[in-house]
Amino acid sequence: MKTVEEIKVAIEAAVPDASVSVIPNGSPSGQQSLLLDAEHAFAVARFLRDDEELALDYLSNVTGVDWLDKEVTEKVKVTKQVPKEMDAPEGKQIQMVEETVEETRKHVQPGYLEAVYHLFSVKKKHGPVVIRMRTKNRTDDVDLPSLTPLWRAAEFQEREVFDLYGIVFRGHPDLRRILMWDGFKDHPMRKDYVEPDDFEYEPTAHDKVLDRHKQHMAKTPGEEQPAAGATA
Amino acid sequence: MSETATNSGMAVEKAPAIEPQLESWNRPPVIPTDGEGELLEVSMGPHHPSTHGVFRMDVALDGEKVVKLKPVFGYLHRNHEQIAESMGSYIGMMPYTDRLDYFCSMTNNWAYALAVEKLVGQAVPERAEYIRVILAELTRVQNHASAIGFLIQEMGASGTPLMYAFKMREKILDLFESLSGSRMMCNYMRFGGCRVDTSAAWLDAARTVVAGLPTFVDEYEALLTGNEILMARCQGVGVLRPELAVNAGISGPMLRASGVNYDIRKVDRYGIYDRFKFRVPLGDHGDIYDRYMVRVLEMRESIGILEQALKEVPGGPVMDPKAKIRGFKPKPGEAYGRIEAPKGELGFYLISTGGVEPYRYRVRPPSLINLTVLEDMCLGHNVADVVLIFGSVDIVLGEVDR
Repeated sequence: MKTVEEIKVAIEAAVPDASVSVIPNGSPSGQQSLLLDAEHAFAVARFLRDDEELALDYLSNVTGVDWLDKEVTEKVKVTKQVPKEMDAPEGKQIQMVEETVEETRKHVQPGYLEAVYHLFSVKKKHGPVVIRMRTKNRTDDVDLPSLTPLWRAAEFQEREVFDLYGIVFRGHPDLRRILMWDGFKDHPMRKDYVEPDDFEYEPTAHDKVLDRHKQHMAKTPGEEQPAAGATA
Repeated sequence: MSETATNSGMAVEKAPAIEPQLESWNRPPVIPTDGEGELLEVSMGPHHPSTHGVFRMDVALDGEKVVKLKPVFGYLHRNHEQIAESMGSYIGMMPYTDRLDYFCSMTNNWAYALAVEKLVGQAVPERAEYIRVILAELTRVQNHASAIGFLIQEMGASGTPLMYAFKMREKILDLFESLSGSRMMCNYMRFGGCRVDTSAAWLDAARTVVAGLPTFVDEYEALLTGNEILMARCQGVGVLRPELAVNAGISGPMLRASGVNYDIRKVDRYGIYDRFKFRVPLGDHGDIYDRYMVRVLEMRESIGILEQALKEVPGGPVMDPKAKIRGFKPKPGEAYGRIEAPKGELGFYLISTGGVEPYRYRVRPPSLINLTVLEDMCLGHNVADVVLIFGSVDIVLGEVDR
């Protein structure tokens, strides 16, 4: 089978505008993946499926990954004007001198949602080729092209990713929640998902339950009496 | 996208741009109705006796003919993947994998162990590999026997064929119990080997059970294979074309019943499967009868593998002594490991960011993905056939909903 780099070259020859980059993998498994841009992903995926040599006709696994906003600390060398005492003929004097100083800077790398596809070939019996797509952010721009028209295998799995991660797959024939119920608001596999406050009285309350009870009571003061604004 | 017409239709917030739709060969066909009267919408499940658990199908009927079928999932959803990502360790998830497909906990354990071993580059001692193969093939035999039993039960033969299967299955579960301490929730494999060693007495007991298996399969087949009712109900019903089966990611006996030669034991040669001689049974027509027949033949091949493996179990440790157990923190990276579980391709996808628990843990459930084509297979058939076609897929809801 072709290596990931060779596949990248083949894709760039077949779909000229597509930008493909190889994502390294630090694990001994050595399964490197190809990051596709959302615009050309459908064309690239069609090429991967229909190409004679690759013939990746079997989509095994589709999944989402949630990458949160990351605070990156960098050490940057900066040249600065620093005041310094210098010996001058008229005695000591303060002068500005250029000096390189190391500074730690913090900046926030915006988070994104990622869809990962594992492709195999039934015809040629090789694989996996891992492709991934990334959304622009985690909040409002979460569209990705659906690959269900190419591989039916993605139908339920993309629905699951939509349900649990909130990636909206454009072109999916039937994009609905699959595991959670209709009317459920959040996406429970996201890393910043907060469990609902579903406190229940337990006759043998132990440590964790008691903690939850305390938190619940703090959130809803005066549950026994109607809340102050409730009568209005 | 407008509000969908089905029961659980949920509008997607954004209107999607115009995109290519499914090609004509890989989308469910449109079944013509006679145009008279209304379609009858029936909700089969979640407590229908044939649903193997809590599963629902929304079926639209024209007379007895099925014209639309939408499966509804999630009644057993417990966010298995979220549990793994807040577990605090990798090994802590091992007993939870038993609960995915509770008929085949040994193969679930193996798939998870294999994925983690790929992630960290862990080797497995030879004796452990042999024990894994023995346990996986025993699991396959009992799963296929029970799957056929359930299928026949849905045909109306309530009890008897299933109890035949369970009589044999109980012997295999006794072996699991004496080895791992539990009949069904085995929690037996570890990263880099197995939890406990087998005794010589256990191996002898296993040999005795395996020696009785060919007789069991012969007996089972004598009752069923040539049975006229079984042939009348199964042949030509629920046909799955091979090109659709591959496109829809179908795996396991269902894929091979459609005539596609793809067995992960042969393709990936994971573990030590390259040392055993076995054939991959293939179907011709892709109907229910072929799925039944492929399972019977796979049981026979599994028995062959068991006989070979039990003959040559080597000595040595069952756990790699260098395997890291405490402070198990894989390097940042990712791995996808998969095995040929009795129900199909069971895969685990793990992403590590260097922590004590996986950053991302994903189960590729064969049961869920094999249901993708349920609608395609059922359209145009009678309601009674839906029950059979559904039974021939062989699913477990613990794995579908996770």
